[in-house]
Amino acid sequence: MATVDILAPRKPLPPRLSRGLTVASFLLPLLVWAAVSYLPFLWHPEREITVPGGVSYFKEGMRIDADRYAQELAQVREQGLPLPEAKKVNPIYLPAPHEVATAFYTAFTEAPQMRSQQWLHESLWHSIQVIFWGFTLSSLIGVPLGILCGTYNAVSRLNEPFIEFFRYLPAPAFGALAVAILGIYDGPKIAIIFIGTFFQQVLVVSNTTRRLDKSLLEAAMTLGANRLQMLFKVVVPGILPDLYRDQRILLGWAWTYLIVAELIGTSSGITWFITQQARYKNFDNVYAAIMMIGIIGLVTDLILARLGKKLFPWEKSRAH
Amino acid sequence: MTNLELPSYLIQSDAVRTRFERLKEREVVLEVKGLGKEFDSAQGPVTALKDIHFKAHRREFVCVIGPSGCGKSTLIRILAGLENASHGQVLLDGKPVSGPGPERGMVFQGYTLFPWLTVKKNVMFGLLNQGVGKAQAESEALQWIDLVGLERFSDAYPHELSGGMKQRVAIARALANQPRILLMDEPFGALDAQTRAKMQAYLLEIWKNIDITVLFITHDLDEAIFLADRILVLKANPGEVDELIEVPVPRPRNFDQLISPEFLATKKRLEQLIHPPKEEDEVSEDKLHMIRMTRVGDDVEDIEA
Ligand SMILES: Nc1ncnc2c1ncn2[C@@H]1O[C@H](COP(=O)(O)OP(=O)(O)OP(=O)(O)O)[C@@H](O)[C@H]1O
Ligand SMILES: [Mg+2]
Repeated sequence: MATVDILAPRKPLPPRLSRGLTVASFLLPLLVWAAVSYLPFLWHPEREITVPGGVSYFKEGMRIDADRYAQELAQVREQGLPLPEAKKVNPIYLPAPHEVATAFYTAFTEAPQMRSQQWLHESLWHSIQVIFWGFTLSSLIGVPLGILCGTYNAVSRLNEPFIEFFRYLPAPAFGALAVAILGIYDGPKIAIIFIGTFFQQVLVVSNTTRRLDKSLLEAAMTLGANRLQMLFKVVVPGILPDLYRDQRILLGWAWTYLIVAELIGTSSGITWFITQQARYKNFDNVYAAIMMIGIIGLVTDLILARLGKKLFPWEKSRAH
Repeated sequence: MTNLELPSYLIQSDAVRTRFERLKEREVVLEVKGLGKEFDSAQGPVTALKDIHFKAHRREFVCVIGPSGCGKSTLIRILAGLENASHGQVLLDGKPVSGPGPERGMVFQGYTLFPWLTVKKNVMFGLLNQGVGKAQAESEALQWIDLVGLERFSDAYPHELSGGMKQRVAIARALANQPRILLMDEPFGALDAQTRAKMQAYLLEIWKNIDITVLFITHDLDEAIFLADRILVLKANPGEVDELIEVPVPRPRNFDQLISPEFLATKKRLEQLIHPPKEEDEVSEDKLHMIRMTRVGDDVEDIEA
């Protein structure tokens, strides 16, 4: 078998190696996490008291720094009192993988402890709706405007300078304004996602449109295409695969605005769930929720990438 | 080039002469009158074309040749309507043209097939724009694809085709609109020599079979002589007509003619026009300053076997 030089620049990898590396990219962080959690000699900077012994303020289940514990232990030993016992633990904010896995599972099977709280999936579903509306509204205006800007210099001159300026204004800064105008429920949240996405979207799409090979437009002109035909039969289909890729990236950005958006007005959705759980120190639930977001993001992107390959068969294997 | 005694390129056999007489009796399809073009560049205005006059008759094959940068592409882009002339006029069938139109088909040097359309849909593009019905457009497109010999590839996407095949589709796509004139800007420039020769033969075959006038730009002398009835020679700075040469090589053309006396005579004339003998100082200016970077005595040119 020929040896593969895996560090040759931009050389395609053999499929098995490629798949293996993909698995490893998830497995490696998981392994580190598991090692830190399950190997007592790695890190574990705290002690959880199992037997209080002679220390007056020790209680069962109490967590304390390893140093403090060692001091107390030494003192108790000097005084000849009953010795406390403890096990090595990590700080509460780093639950072990199996705890998070359990939380992940019970999030779907056991009702929340308080009735005012939402199920994890309810929170998530709410967040997804906010993203959906923010992104869709932005796309409905942003994509056509971007295409027009990229096609007609007049439209570009009229819009892009202002958009260029506006995109430097941080979307969250409009939070208070959005609440004043749109109320405290989902309106301002959708608005923040919209503001965060829209201005970037116009610029990204117009740039993509400008990258379309000009000679295709010239060819169409010599074939007798009129202006509308140029726009709808050349520009739009010509940029479609790139536009699709842009939209995938922009959707990722929209998710990052979600966290800010959900803190505006009445907190809601997955952010509310996370802050709530963190307040009660249910860090296993916090991690489960964060992972859920990651999984949803990754799965959506994978589905969209697959779909892209189906939708644009003329795109030869350009990297996705 | 050759030191052979060659006849003058102006001498035409009887057959060739009568052919040219008949050709010039045909109606004029394209007439270019006093065409000029100036560009505003960073270094000030550049005159790309100056005072170009010529006519192309129906079913004539005209080649335009000239040194790089003499304005060949500019000329053909003005004819296609992709660029505006600064002076002068372009007449098609006696009517002035402005802007691009389907009656002037164009084949570009680069590949300009629409990558998202199959071969068949590419060829149908112009027809559908003209308002031809879908079924009719499809059957016409298939005929044109047949004509360029690509019927097996009608459902392939452009990225699945070789360079030569792409240009054949581009020719079919331009012809499908039934233009009065086919404008070609170094269409085979990016192809290898073998494919190129095949494409030249193809093009002559197509040209023979349909009623089309061709204006073909190239910088390959052999290609120009092999294809053309007349060759418009441009010179650079500014781009002006140097000479309009009537090619004395009889038709039908074949590749054996490449070494016929008429062919060589024409080629010699073209070389004189395009690469005129240079003056001494110019030559030395052009010489490269080369530092020798091999071992002494290690000469490539006199290695003994
Ligand atoms: N858009 C433009 N702006 C400014 N100058 C231009 C422009 N297009 C062409 N020119 C200039 O006009 C001259 C002719 O260019 P053109 O491309 O027509 O030459 P060409 O004969 O086709 O050359 P080649 O054989 O290299 O294709 C060149 O000097 C070029 O720099
Ligand atoms: Mg050119």
